[in-house]
Amino acid sequence: MTAQVELPPQPTLSRVGTLLRARELGIGIVIVVVFVTATLKNHAFANSHSFQQLLTGAALIALLGVGETLVIVTRNVDLSVGSVVGLSAYVVGDTFKHHPHTPILLGFVLGIAIGAAIGAINGLITTVARVPSLVVTLAALYIIRGVDGVIVNGKTIDPGSIPKVFQEVGYRTLFGLPWLAIIVAVVVAVVGYAMRSFRAGRDLYAIGSNPDAAALAGVPTGRRVFTAFLVSGSLAGLAGALFLALHAQVDVTGGNGYELTVIAAVVVGGVAIFGGSGTVLGAALGAVLLNTINQALVASKVSAFWNDAIAGALLLAAIAFDRWLSLRIARNLRSAEGAHRSV
Amino acid sequence: MAAEHPQAPLLVLDKATKSFGAVHALVEGSITLYPGEAHALLGENGAGKSTLVKILAGVHRPDSGVLEIAGQPLTLHGPASSRAAGISIIYQEPTLFPDLSVAENIYMGRQPLAAGRRIDRARMRKDAEAVFARLGVALDPDRLARGLSVADQQIVEIAKALSLEAKVLVMDEPTAALTGVEVERLFEVMRTLRNQGAAVLFISHRLEEVFASCQRVTIMRDGRYVRTAPIEDLTVDDIIRSMVGRDLDTLFPKTETVPGEVVLQVDNLNREGVFSDISFEVRRGEIVALAGLVGAGRSEVARAIFGIDRRSSGVVRISGTELSNGSPQAAMAAGMALVPEDRRQQGLVMDLALDQNIALASLGRLSKFGIIRRASESAIALTWAERLQLKFSRLKDPVSTLSGGNQQKAVLGKWLARRPTLLIIDEPTRGIDVGTKAEVHRILDGLVAEGMAILMISSELPEVLGMADRVLVLHEGRLTADLSRAQADENSIMRAASGLDAGAAA
Repeated sequence: MTAQVELPPQPTLSRVGTLLRARELGIGIVIVVVFVTATLKNHAFANSHSFQQLLTGAALIALLGVGETLVIVTRNVDLSVGSVVGLSAYVVGDTFKHHPHTPILLGFVLGIAIGAAIGAINGLITTVARVPSLVVTLAALYIIRGVDGVIVNGKTIDPGSIPKVFQEVGYRTLFGLPWLAIIVAVVVAVVGYAMRSFRAGRDLYAIGSNPDAAALAGVPTGRRVFTAFLVSGSLAGLAGALFLALHAQVDVTGGNGYELTVIAAVVVGGVAIFGGSGTVLGAALGAVLLNTINQALVASKVSAFWNDAIAGALLLAAIAFDRWLSLRIARNLRSAEGAHRSV
Repeated sequence: MAAEHPQAPLLVLDKATKSFGAVHALVEGSITLYPGEAHALLGENGAGKSTLVKILAGVHRPDSGVLEIAGQPLTLHGPASSRAAGISIIYQEPTLFPDLSVAENIYMGRQPLAAGRRIDRARMRKDAEAVFARLGVALDPDRLARGLSVADQQIVEIAKALSLEAKVLVMDEPTAALTGVEVERLFEVMRTLRNQGAAVLFISHRLEEVFASCQRVTIMRDGRYVRTAPIEDLTVDDIIRSMVGRDLDTLFPKTETVPGEVVLQVDNLNREGVFSDISFEVRRGEIVALAGLVGAGRSEVARAIFGIDRRSSGVVRISGTELSNGSPQAAMAAGMALVPEDRRQQGLVMDLALDQNIALASLGRLSKFGIIRRASESAIALTWAERLQLKFSRLKDPVSTLSGGNQQKAVLGKWLARRPTLLIIDEPTRGIDVGTKAEVHRILDGLVAEGMAILMISSELPEVLGMADRVLVLHEGRLTADLSRAQADENSIMRAASGLDAGAAA
């Protein structure tokens, strides 16, 4: 039929599409390669304890990465997550210290509530006052740090004042898997499913992909971006409570610098920094990859300074890859268009 | 069918107005659509058509006026409520999500749902395929919208509108990027929709398409409703007269000059997918106007000549010297200057002082050992501000405090301070009040009298007719006419710009 003849050739483009969708697979392969290489250099790397450490160490960043993905997909950014972790962890710990009989579930609820409140404020200022989220959440980062410093006032919450059961959440395992990793996996699965299969989730992608078109399609952009910040804040609050359970102590430095690690993990995991694409699974795998490299370097007795350098190089590689993809597509588009005109 | 319609109108917009600050985009927007008709909305660039469309789309809320749908008065609160009222819009610029699949682009915000409000992807895919089958195109619903050609993007937009089963379909220049076969298919879709009792509002600059597909025509000019008539009562000349209609009441200070040697020579300039085979020359002492409709590629040609965009092929010469591709520096060194269309974004640094803005393009000449003295900036700025009769309170004030006309003079001054041999000026008087407009025209006239060559891009026909020694007309990336001052009039330019006289190019 004639219609087939007119269409510009598409194979290269759909191959690119497949490649994008296979991004999670690619990260998975890199994780395995790093893991095997490290094991070959140091056989202790593959034992079950070290495997659990890999997952536990990545869990908090992966959890924060889920919320950050929601925000970045809408072309925004949340820099306040590290500060929220610190504040939430300390306030929950302080509550246990002064009210030792607080139910541990309430500890988690409190942490989530603190994060949700901050996320709501971030979301409101971004969507209602239309201040760029980079500025809003950078301000939040400093303000929360300041408030945290006043509340902490030089003290430390130590393991003695945290209920045993609460601490168990941080180190217990189920079938060899740390509880922490299971909790995060459940969150990744639930949010990932929602992002894929519910209208609200697709709206987030639409907003990040083309904000004007999203508004024209009747997407409630303000409400959706607000929700993304709310979820990011809530998950950061939860991560704070889990931070306390994992480390069993917290002072004023808790969660310091997490925001940049999270963004690095998210970008390495294939979430486009300018919004519109990427998955929470990718972000979580990005966190696992960064942590695996981290631990592999330790196991290989490479200087710890190399850690950050390698994380940075990976970030550049991920962004260079995205840039290369979009340039390729733009070139294909232009020649396809030219072909179309000359028909 | 007689002029009396047996049915009640589907949509009535009566005396809608819309202003943006001091700009009256729509003074009187009125249109009546009946079920089963294809209705053309015609007018020049800036006649208010797009504003009217955006009111129907719920994007702009009218300042006054009444909208009735099926006899019921209705206030639209946004694009979603317009869609709910059964209005579907195909915009001039495709509004797709590049990161999402074609099927999702069609059904964004109204994806088919399965149990538990989950998106039913299988059904969404099948529905999209069914729409494409109806359109007779082979597009993969699963592929990403990124990388689709403009024509295919437009097809996705049409599929979106079609899948809405709208009562009123508005198409804002949907055919600009389509080829003949695709346009035919679009007309077929329009017929189908009309047979189902929908109304189609069709905006196009291609008059032959209007005659081929529409039953009634509404013409707008300067934001006002002019007339509505059945298509069989109109000729092309009637339509163009109603569209252009105004008297050339502003006087243009045009001095007769004798063109000198060739300054700019453009040979077979191409930019893949944007424009092709552009050849012309501009001589000393003449103003050559580049006319055409919005989107015809006029500014793009200027950008390629100046070297902002790379050209795919072709040669640009200034006074005989060939310019290297993609280098504005080379163009400037050869004596070229470009005053861009969007002065606030591209022409000025809004927060910088007036004198620094004027001196900005001449810093190389003003600096000694890499150091720029403020005094020399002020001196050069003062010279040009006086020559151009620029009204300002202090040279140190930021240009953002000046009026639009004086900002335009500041941009002009910035480039004239380099004493260029060729000035390319894009929409020299857009958004400038009438008085200053005449001043800018006088300045341009003075410059050519001194021997400068000017290439002027303008969407305003009176300006083109009043100022240009020669008029080049672009239509969809091709030169369709090269008219002398004697040959150029509203009719000949509009015909060439609409692609009606494609053979007229010299």
